[in-house]
Amino acid sequence: MIKIDITKELHGANGIMQLQCKTTIQEGEFVALSGKSGSGKTTLLRILAGLEDAQGEISVAQTKWLQTNKSLPPQQREIGFVFQEYALFDNMTIEQNLLYVANDVKLSEHLLELTELTEMKKRYPNALSGGQKQRVSICRALMKRPKILLLDEPLSALDTLMRTKLQNELLTLHKEFGTTTIMVSHDPSEIYRLASRVLVLENGKITNDGKPTDVLLKKQGSQKFSFEGELLEIKKVDVIYIAIVAIGQQLVEIVVSSQEAKKLQIGTNVILSTKAFTPIVTQISSRQ
Amino acid sequence: MSFEPFILSFKLASLTAFILFCISLPLAWYLSQTRSRIKPFLEALTALPMVLPPSVLGFYILWALSYNSPLGAFFENTLGVKLVFSFTGLVIASCFYSLPFMVQPLQNGFETLNKNMLEASYIAGKSKFTTLFRVALPNMKPALITAIIITFAHTVGEFGVVLMVGGSIPGETKVASVAIYEMVEIMDYKSAHIYSAIMLGISFVVLLSVYIFNAHHNKRFGL
Repeated sequence: MIKIDITKELHGANGIMQLQCKTTIQEGEFVALSGKSGSGKTTLLRILAGLEDAQGEISVAQTKWLQTNKSLPPQQREIGFVFQEYALFDNMTIEQNLLYVANDVKLSEHLLELTELTEMKKRYPNALSGGQKQRVSICRALMKRPKILLLDEPLSALDTLMRTKLQNELLTLHKEFGTTTIMVSHDPSEIYRLASRVLVLENGKITNDGKPTDVLLKKQGSQKFSFEGELLEIKKVDVIYIAIVAIGQQLVEIVVSSQEAKKLQIGTNVILSTKAFTPIVTQISSRQ
Repeated sequence: MSFEPFILSFKLASLTAFILFCISLPLAWYLSQTRSRIKPFLEALTALPMVLPPSVLGFYILWALSYNSPLGAFFENTLGVKLVFSFTGLVIASCFYSLPFMVQPLQNGFETLNKNMLEASYIAGKSKFTTLFRVALPNMKPALITAIIITFAHTVGEFGVVLMVGGSIPGETKVASVAIYEMVEIMDYKSAHIYSAIMLGISFVVLLSVYIFNAHHNKRFGL
């Protein structure tokens, strides 16, 4: 069991902010850390890794990682860390990257096989794609058989397809190694697929804590679908008004009434929601 | 025509580059990692030889190494080593003179390294020492080559400090730059031409090889 009770003063974009987190995490849990950027997620992860100092206490099983006046250095914390931008050792081949952490050829072969990287093990990181680099980074983090695996938005720099593939691999690895995992993520589908628990951080405090379904599904109102997007334009076509909204990577057109059109301001964020009666469901392709 | 001054210049430059590398490595690493308040002071101190007139630097070193200073007296009385107007003194003076040319490229190299890469090594359980030699240095080869070669070349090219601290003793302190100065003084322009042309050629080739190496390295790593 991991007990966390820490405070730290952060100097963020909105002035000074107090990071204050108190929670316990069970062994083997897959926890997603969510929240707006600048809410302290990455800092919390770095404090857990021992890369930044903080006041308070962190204990893992029987070992105190952080207590008053004493902080265990990252070298002794038995963690794996996956950085957003991979941070591979560019001077070493893929295999050497893994063996540098622990000279365990059997484990490295196994991990490379699980992530389909065996054929590339003699290559250097700069000859790999982003997705491949991140897989190496995840393998490298597991080489020490860590007690806790920390992932800092590991998949945010990858395209959707690669993200889904890597999510599956993360699930496989989590099932096989049973490592307690804490992952920073913004992506609700990713959180839903991987995590068994979500912590939502806002301005340095945990404001929501629960199962992904409870935390992520919108419960207020009776709408079933709800998307946030940016209102780009409102056009008048004959007697109706058409609003163009950007949701993620996609632009959609929605019919709005003249009253709504007057109230809406271009450039602001809006929520589109609908009830479950009318949507049309079309299968795109079978899942990989 | 004797090549002794050239051999002496290269001997001096090699020794200086080697000693400075050993001193500057921990210093540059510390400067790149620290957030301490004394960092600007240390940085200003190491950069001083770049802006001071060589005569000022030479004068202070001459005084510090001479019998009149406690340091010089200690060396001469206890160890029996005369530092002024000797090759040993020249090496010490060169180390001060060329210090920024070793420290600054190294510090720059350390600072441009991906911090997360070093942190990944710490998290892998590796000490700072192991991280320095197995992760940091191999990933900053251009900075390493630049630091060593520029220090070497800069030491070969020094004149003022050498003249003040070393004088011009053949086979001991008469390096190439000093030899050329003396040839001009006695109006032996032919020898001066030959010596100068050799210096020009070597300096150009050295610098060219550094730039070619760095361009090649950057291309390989897609920078």
